[in-house]
Amino acid sequence: MALLKVEDLTKRFGGVVALDRVSFSVEKEQVVSLIGPNGAGKTTLFNCVTGVARPDEGSILFGEGTPDSIQGCAPHEVARSGLARTFQNIRLFGNMSVINNVIVGTHVRTTAGLLEALWPFGREAHQEGRWSMDRARRLLDQLGLAPVADRMACTLSYGQQRRLELARALASDPEILLLDEPAAGLTFQERQELTELLLELRSRGLTILLIEHDMKVVMPISDWVIVLDYGAKIAEGPPKEIQENPRVIEAYLGVKS
Amino acid sequence: MIRKIAPFLLILLLLPLFDSNSYRVDVLCTAALYALLAIGLNLIVGFAGLLHLGYAAFFAIGAYTYALLNLRVGCPFWIGLPIAAFSAGVAGVLLGLPVIRVRGDYLAIVTLGFGEIVRVTVTNLEDWTGGPNGLLGIAHPVVGSYNFGVDSKPYYLLLVVLVSIVAWACTRMARSRIGLAWMAIREDELAAACSGIDTARFKLLALGLGGGIAGLAGCVFAAKQGTITPDSFDFILSVMVLAMVILGGLGSVGGAVLGAVVLSLAPELLRSFSTYRMLLFGIVMVLLIRYRPQGFLGASEIRRELKGGHGSA
Repeated sequence: MALLKVEDLTKRFGGVVALDRVSFSVEKEQVVSLIGPNGAGKTTLFNCVTGVARPDEGSILFGEGTPDSIQGCAPHEVARSGLARTFQNIRLFGNMSVINNVIVGTHVRTTAGLLEALWPFGREAHQEGRWSMDRARRLLDQLGLAPVADRMACTLSYGQQRRLELARALASDPEILLLDEPAAGLTFQERQELTELLLELRSRGLTILLIEHDMKVVMPISDWVIVLDYGAKIAEGPPKEIQENPRVIEAYLGVKS
Repeated sequence: MIRKIAPFLLILLLLPLFDSNSYRVDVLCTAALYALLAIGLNLIVGFAGLLHLGYAAFFAIGAYTYALLNLRVGCPFWIGLPIAAFSAGVAGVLLGLPVIRVRGDYLAIVTLGFGEIVRVTVTNLEDWTGGPNGLLGIAHPVVGSYNFGVDSKPYYLLLVVLVSIVAWACTRMARSRIGLAWMAIREDELAAACSGIDTARFKLLALGLGGGIAGLAGCVFAAKQGTITPDSFDFILSVMVLAMVILGGLGSVGGAVLGAVVLSLAPELLRSFSTYRMLLFGIVMVLLIRYRPQGFLGASEIRRELKGGHGSA
């Protein structure tokens, strides 16, 4: 059953067609990878799906059973509907502690407002706060960030920052996770740890849409691979098939002369 | 935390009772008024990260709201106080609606314009505000049969109480879900939105609350002076309050209070240098920003966060 369904999505920047009638769907509890050369429109596609950019045409449906259209929704509304993302160029809350970064991730699952903040005897607000804190601590534990929980996010190493972004996205307990090049810049060992983590997340029922260049990460974990080139979908299928598809090889390596 | 602060509060409250020098009490009164403004602006600039250069406008709206209510319909101070805060808060939200779409430098320019619009409007709306001559004969607060009058002491006590309440509320907010959302917006607006934070709503909340606190201060100011004129609410006031917030440490409630006290006492302490007083004041500010750009308490707040001291959510 499709959890996310994108149909005929088109996005133009002036005369440049960044996305050209792209259609695909992401099945529940699968890992779908989005690959393609630089400038193929992968990140633009993410931005359209998460409400950061407005597509010119097409529809985006999200949810099980009777899916809702999330096209034209603001980013926070998209996040509220159960979709979390990370960014290609890491975007953390630099001058906040690591744990507070993750607690912000629980924002969509909490409700405390002004009154709860000011009323000192509120039990529920207190419990909600505890819940956020516990959830954040568990995620930090899981991602090996517990020892740096109280450091400022901007003081973390690159690999730790990538993991923190993942922790923040997971904190919202999303139905689908959109990862924009999570392995970029990671060491060999970090990549392996990431691959294992993604497999574990999938086994727990999380759906993942992944942008990735590194085939060593993509191949073992993907159920389905979609290939974009110059804004258009040129192929999709199981990883094995994609690896041997002549059009994909051509897009990546060019034509033999 | 309350236990740590309580003795200081008590000393502050009792200070004027042992000091019959009305000049010194008046200076403290001004400092407390500035502290209120600095705490309010800190919500907008320090927490939500919105560079606001027209904060004096909210102060003016609070002052003129009470003055007009009092002079036209005889509204007493204690009823005027919440109304003044409310109207300044509403002004904050109304200003926010068009401007939260712009950021950084552009936001600064728009808010600067807003501050000037309010001042110029108040100056020219002569039928209502008395124009450049201002409004005279605004009633002082009355408790039972006791009239606050022109003596600074009761105002000082009132202001210490107000500053304590507002500082307490802001500290709690800063550590709540709301405070985290504000800081997330300040740090990275796009990432905050993608984490599910309704950025527009939280920015408006900061502008409304910050405006409301300035309205509170404006009302007390009008009641204390008995007279208000448009030049009490000029651009320099906005800049002074902003300097207090930055000097105290962005995002630190205690820092805002400290910045306000230091910057309002410094010109008075430097009085013995008469002619060079403002020159020295300027040099002190330049040096402070050069050698301590994070402000007095900026770093210590960070240190507290490093220790993991962030209450319930």
